[in-house]
Amino acid sequence: MQLNINGEAREVDVEPDMPLLWVLREELGLTGTKYGCGVAQCGACTVHIDGYAERSCQARVGDLEGTQITTIEGLGNPAALHAVQAAWVEHQVAQCGYCQSGQIMQAASLLSETPEPSDEDIDFAMSGNLCRCGTYPRIRAAIHTAARNMGG
Amino acid sequence: MGKLKTYTRRAFLVGSAAVAGGVAFGAYLVARTPENPNLADLAEGEATFNPWVRIDASGITLITPHADIGQGAASMQAALIAEEMDLNWGDFRTDFGRPAAAYWNTAMAGDAAPVLPWDEGFGARAMRATMESVIKVVGLQGTGGSTSVPDSFVKLREAGAMARETLKAAASARTGISVADLRTEGGAVHLPDGTEISYTELAAEAAGIEPVHGTPLREPSEWRLIGQQMPRLDILAKSTGTQTYGLDIDLPDMARASVRMNPRKGGALNGFDASTAEGMPGVEQIVEITGGVAVVASNTWYAIQALDAIDFDWGEAPYPAEQADHWAALESGISDETLDSEWINDGDVDAIPADAVEVSAEYRAPYVAHQPLEPLNAIVLVEDDTVQVWTGHQIPRILQQQVAAITGHSADDVILHNQYSGGSFGHRLEFEYVKQAAEIALQLRGRPVKLTYSREEDFAQDFPRQITFARSRGAVRDGRVTSFDIQIAAPSVLGSQMGRIGFGAMGPDTQLPAGVWQQPYAFQNNRVRTYAVPGLSPVSSWRSVGASVGGFLAEGFLDELIHEAGADPLEERIRLCTLDEVSRLTLEAVGEMANWGESLPQGTGRGVALVHSFGVPCAQIVEVTDVDGAIRLDRVWVAADVGRVVDPVNFENIVQGGVIWGLGHAINSEITYTDGIADQTNYHSAEGMRMYQAPEVTVRGLENGAIRGIGEPPVPPAAPALANAIFAATGQRLREMPFWNHIDFV
Repeated sequence: MQLNINGEAREVDVEPDMPLLWVLREELGLTGTKYGCGVAQCGACTVHIDGYAERSCQARVGDLEGTQITTIEGLGNPAALHAVQAAWVEHQVAQCGYCQSGQIMQAASLLSETPEPSDEDIDFAMSGNLCRCGTYPRIRAAIHTAARNMGG
Repeated sequence: MGKLKTYTRRAFLVGSAAVAGGVAFGAYLVARTPENPNLADLAEGEATFNPWVRIDASGITLITPHADIGQGAASMQAALIAEEMDLNWGDFRTDFGRPAAAYWNTAMAGDAAPVLPWDEGFGARAMRATMESVIKVVGLQGTGGSTSVPDSFVKLREAGAMARETLKAAASARTGISVADLRTEGGAVHLPDGTEISYTELAAEAAGIEPVHGTPLREPSEWRLIGQQMPRLDILAKSTGTQTYGLDIDLPDMARASVRMNPRKGGALNGFDASTAEGMPGVEQIVEITGGVAVVASNTWYAIQALDAIDFDWGEAPYPAEQADHWAALESGISDETLDSEWINDGDVDAIPADAVEVSAEYRAPYVAHQPLEPLNAIVLVEDDTVQVWTGHQIPRILQQQVAAITGHSADDVILHNQYSGGSFGHRLEFEYVKQAAEIALQLRGRPVKLTYSREEDFAQDFPRQITFARSRGAVRDGRVTSFDIQIAAPSVLGSQMGRIGFGAMGPDTQLPAGVWQQPYAFQNNRVRTYAVPGLSPVSSWRSVGASVGGFLAEGFLDELIHEAGADPLEERIRLCTLDEVSRLTLEAVGEMANWGESLPQGTGRGVALVHSFGVPCAQIVEVTDVDGAIRLDRVWVAADVGRVVDPVNFENIVQGGVIWGLGHAINSEITYTDGIADQTNYHSAEGMRMYQAPEVTVRGLENGAIRGIGEPPVPPAAPALANAIFAATGQRLREMPFWNHIDFV
């Protein structure tokens, strides 16, 4: 089947019920999207599907033909950071960093819908994303910074 | 003083443990300097002056042997070397290096020896020296116990100074200019005429020069990096999804595997039927390993699906099948037969004067899982001459031994490529997942095998924090706390953990009284006894280990006594805190930060706790509000004394995270057993803290005490400070974690 990922057409040959997560990581080598729980409890696998933040562990790849999929690799890169990523660097958010791809994808989605989020908006949007290291205070601050820098 | 009189007995125990453990040795062994492991694969023209620095024409590599499990150890170690070596921040590579005795941990002895952290008496120093000799001779390279900073703080600056002076000597030899007239800056030697010779350009010449020892270290006033914010070396990668963790590594022809082990941890595999699984998509091979089955497939998801389709016949659990029996074993475990040690016996806790008020209580802390977000994984490639392992691990040389015992190689032929870990919290001190990967790889000889746990498997196989039951009794008189007596029953953490790697008992478990007996309070009457209860679930070090429970036991009950005395919770702690001035200053600092004593709105309450763990006094004040019967966490203030804050931003981040870890698990996390199997299977049933509950956390690092680490000390005070705050807000006293079994949270 054919998928559109980060603006590129990619061909994959897997069972249609394989979750997108495992296609990204092990069939296409896009390892920035992380496996954490497999049951939509941690948010580490968050990607954008047609602009919406989705848990890629819950998206059957067979349902995704014709959609636009964006992963952390498509959001920005070390040489050209997305505003959310730049705020993550500025606030030195990461500890182990394993959840941060998902946090950043969720935050980018929040800011595209709510350019000036309140703390309550942030709590509501981000509470599905676990950070076992407990970087929540910095995530909150970084989202506010990103909102300012994006002109929200 | 009761805290002194038991030294002789414990000194004997530690000394005899050293002999019993097979490490009887002479002074000549202790004096020996382990070989520089970089020499093993040094290229032509490459220089190494010590185990931590390598330079060739292409660049500078700093070896950072402490594992980076999220705490920023790689950056911290690099900063200490770069400080003396005069490297610009980031103008170098880092590498975890190969496992080696040269990286033996010089700071682990401090907490492994059963002596109080501020005790500098002869007995205490002798105990630490004995432990240090053991650790050096066995070459114990390890990351844990918040030791990375104290282990590194002097020796890595010395390594940097040695490299700098040797490179200057090489420049002197080349130019004929006296070393005294050379200076260094930005990774280069500067000549008096302003000419610069880069270190990389000097590497080949420096390789032939005897390393220069004994250069005095710089004064703190000359430091460029230490004490300043340094962007973490991994921050860009960790903000862009480009950091490679063990789980992300892909090797040519790599097989992907997942396992299903007996969920009754340590129980046998009696049999299994894989006839359905064999024909499932992607499945390549199904192999039996000790205590379970592995499926090898073209995609990890296929492997997990196939495991779900196998029928297993599992053996019994080697511990009580039902949770109630674990609690019952602990309650009956407070008896003379299981007494592990009496750590303190000052005054007479049994002689309570007629005009004193006696208070007693029972406290409970559950098993809790580690569950870092990166599920356990390891890649192993078994070949004739070597075994290669790619994984993140905190005890590399023991890992080599564990793998070698399975594959039949010598430990030196096990090559570990240590990786950044997506968290640990003690999980990556364990070896089961690596051993399982080695067993699978042995059956697929010549082919790299990546083992990935499903989250459910990770929960099921997690060796949790020790379950604990405590019986406490104290007295107050004339508005003061006068007596504190506690009996703590738990499975031995170190006994369980060390037992799995074949070490015998090392004397009483120093983790069982941790967070209790180091409390710097001078009670008139004080007794601390611990009971190691056998036969329970295997347990493991969980971020802050014994103190993660002990702090709750000690500071929760002390709060009850202070309340009974009618004293102020902070003032009475400060009054009692006469055994360690650094601790007292920490209490005073947190009180000042929070403006303790200011009037609070109705329904809002504050609790304070001080716990001395890993040599660090850490004081916290938690503020909560009762919102229509549910507790909302508002704010937390933290003061902790680590002697020297290496990087204030990373320090703040780690402290905030430690507080959130402590609070979140105290509120909602436990592992309970039914039919020998953990009831909690994924994060929905043991989640820790989420964003919506996370309070504002204000942090102050103090620098009055000894050089210490900060990974663990913020955890122990969080639970008791929260319990004490809830009492202040609602009048409800919480004596059992997780708290949400007893009170609602917003």
